[in-house]
Amino acid sequence: MSILLNKNSKILVQGITGRSGLFHTQQCREYGANIVAGVTPGKGGIHIEGIPVFNTVAEAVKYTQANVSMIFVPPPGAADAILEAADAGIELAVCITEGIPVRDMVPVKAIIQGSKTRLVGPNCPGVITPGECKVGIMPGHIHKKGKIGVVSRSGTLTYEAVKQLTDVGLGQSTCVGIGGDPIIGMNFIDVLTLFNQDPDTEGVFMIGEIGGGAEEAAAEWIKANMKKPVAAFIAGVTAPPGKRMGHAGAIITGGKGKAEDKIRTLQECGVVVSTSPTKMGEAMLEAMAAAGKKVERAAAKPAGRKAKK
Amino acid sequence: MNIHEYQAKEILSSYGIPIPRGRVALTSDQVERAAKMMGGRCVVKAQIYAGGRGKAGGVRLVHYPEQAMEYGKELFGRTLVTNQTGPEGLKVRRILVEEAVEIAREFYLSITLDRESSRYILIASAEGGMDIEEVANKSPEKIHTLQIDPFTGLRPYQARKIALSLGLSGSVCEDCVELLMNLYRACQEKDCALVEINPLVVTKAGWLMAMDAKITFDDNAVYRHREYPDMMDYSQLDPLEITAGKYDLAYIKLTGSIGCLVNGAGLAMATLDVLKECGGEPANFLDVGGGATREKVAEAFRIILQDHDVKGVFVNIFGGIMRCDVIAHGIIEAAEEFHCTLPIVVRMDGSKVEEGKRLLRESGLNVEVGDNLGDAAARIVKMLG
Repeated sequence: MSILLNKNSKILVQGITGRSGLFHTQQCREYGANIVAGVTPGKGGIHIEGIPVFNTVAEAVKYTQANVSMIFVPPPGAADAILEAADAGIELAVCITEGIPVRDMVPVKAIIQGSKTRLVGPNCPGVITPGECKVGIMPGHIHKKGKIGVVSRSGTLTYEAVKQLTDVGLGQSTCVGIGGDPIIGMNFIDVLTLFNQDPDTEGVFMIGEIGGGAEEAAAEWIKANMKKPVAAFIAGVTAPPGKRMGHAGAIITGGKGKAEDKIRTLQECGVVVSTSPTKMGEAMLEAMAAAGKKVERAAAKPAGRKAKK
Repeated sequence: MNIHEYQAKEILSSYGIPIPRGRVALTSDQVERAAKMMGGRCVVKAQIYAGGRGKAGGVRLVHYPEQAMEYGKELFGRTLVTNQTGPEGLKVRRILVEEAVEIAREFYLSITLDRESSRYILIASAEGGMDIEEVANKSPEKIHTLQIDPFTGLRPYQARKIALSLGLSGSVCEDCVELLMNLYRACQEKDCALVEINPLVVTKAGWLMAMDAKITFDDNAVYRHREYPDMMDYSQLDPLEITAGKYDLAYIKLTGSIGCLVNGAGLAMATLDVLKECGGEPANFLDVGGGATREKVAEAFRIILQDHDVKGVFVNIFGGIMRCDVIAHGIIEAAEEFHCTLPIVVRMDGSKVEEGKRLLRESGLNVEVGDNLGDAAARIVKMLG
């Protein structure tokens, strides 16, 4: 088991004929994802890399029973692409697109909240269930099948965390990059809820960043509901206070959003917080050990590397 | 993207929101002329991309044109440091001269995105003016907020509730309802991340007026407003930040000596954290984007080398899909162009790592290759000793 994605997921790609859409379609397929269709308005009827292309998502779903969509549509059309996926009954829409205007996303979020579609992103690396399926732009080879769920607001920092987990012998059940935009689909709590229910996930690693209050909200949720050990890292401890305009942001957050506040709240809620970005794997080991979970230590490769140092 | 107060006021005015009569001046002579037009008694306001100007001495009421000119002279070329600029401050290059208005009451008003509810939120308070953040902290009950439904938009009855909560009544209350509706329309049509009027005043004559205004545009939406790039005041940005913006790189100058080149904002922040942990001081934050290319890496490297505070460079690229040999070529290209002899430590991960490392080692540059993040960060700090 895993969350969101598995080897039975049938994936369609919105924006498949674009440069990065096609490149990542190939990469995902190489990883084992079952890509059944592509959608590019006006190009319906052609095949690209053997994949049938349709004009609309509804058509693609009708002919291929696709249940997951990976979205590479450029910013001007991306919000529309998400709504089209939801309208066609797609269960999981993963929007990779970076740079969608906030005004476009406000109504999308409101509609998604009332639909059966789960949205991951936008501006995210995607979702991967190691050894089974990849829907996104993350490098597959750093992942290893296992029992740790990963949820992150960041992109490349997630790769660093996953690599460290793999190096200390902790494989992953599913890794979800929820995206760094002001408006995103699934948030930390949505993903933590699924990990909590997933019998094959034994612990969770969470990666946050400065700004907003999402990590604090997740911490409170963990304290009240989480049955599994959680470790975390918050990026930006040393970030300088930024330039800003006006007061509105400070009024809404009440001056919160600093790394120290997030770390303290997480620790108070029983989360093991890695103090250094170089010790994310170790923090997860610590959390697992504290919860009395057995962990099979890493194989020779990473240990050998450490010995060299 | 930020704009100046006078530009924000022009936008508000085009939406029917009353603003004081005013003129922008680029020289102290122009300040004097503008002051004459206002009748001598006027307010002289430094235009910078930050708030908190009043407390930093950037705003003054003057009584004669000569006084306006003298103050203008003093402000031009001065660097204002406010609680919103950061310690390095911002240079004053434009001044707004406005008619002096007799004020009866002051309010705070803004619309911005509330991340928590994913909706635009209207914020209002009867305690407007300079200390609004303190009000928010100490007596949050004096701040009124309203989440706006994206499908119905702001409704007049909702705006009326806010206007009443500010203690307005009669025709001024109805004027305020109209103003709020217009403010929301401006926020939507102009793709604003923030519109703020602080203070909104009731004049002694009984009219509403926006005495100060701030607008920040949503960077992601600039593409659909052709006029926005021309509104930028480049004097308010670091020259290297401007170059970085052209190449779609996120660059922020910091005070240390280790230049940093990283892909992805989260990893870039974590990289600064590791360097500090090892006792190093980063010279900048630089994010080349999640999927860095050879051109972007080369351009980023050029930007870092143009900063004379940089004594060494730390490259941290976790690509995976991108090829490390390609990235290595980008680094070598830029370093050779600048005859760079500074110590460089590169940490790369992704495909063709070994090939990339070999290229760097054989490049003849003063470069070392780190195995992992911690090891690499420790090395660059040690090399700068």
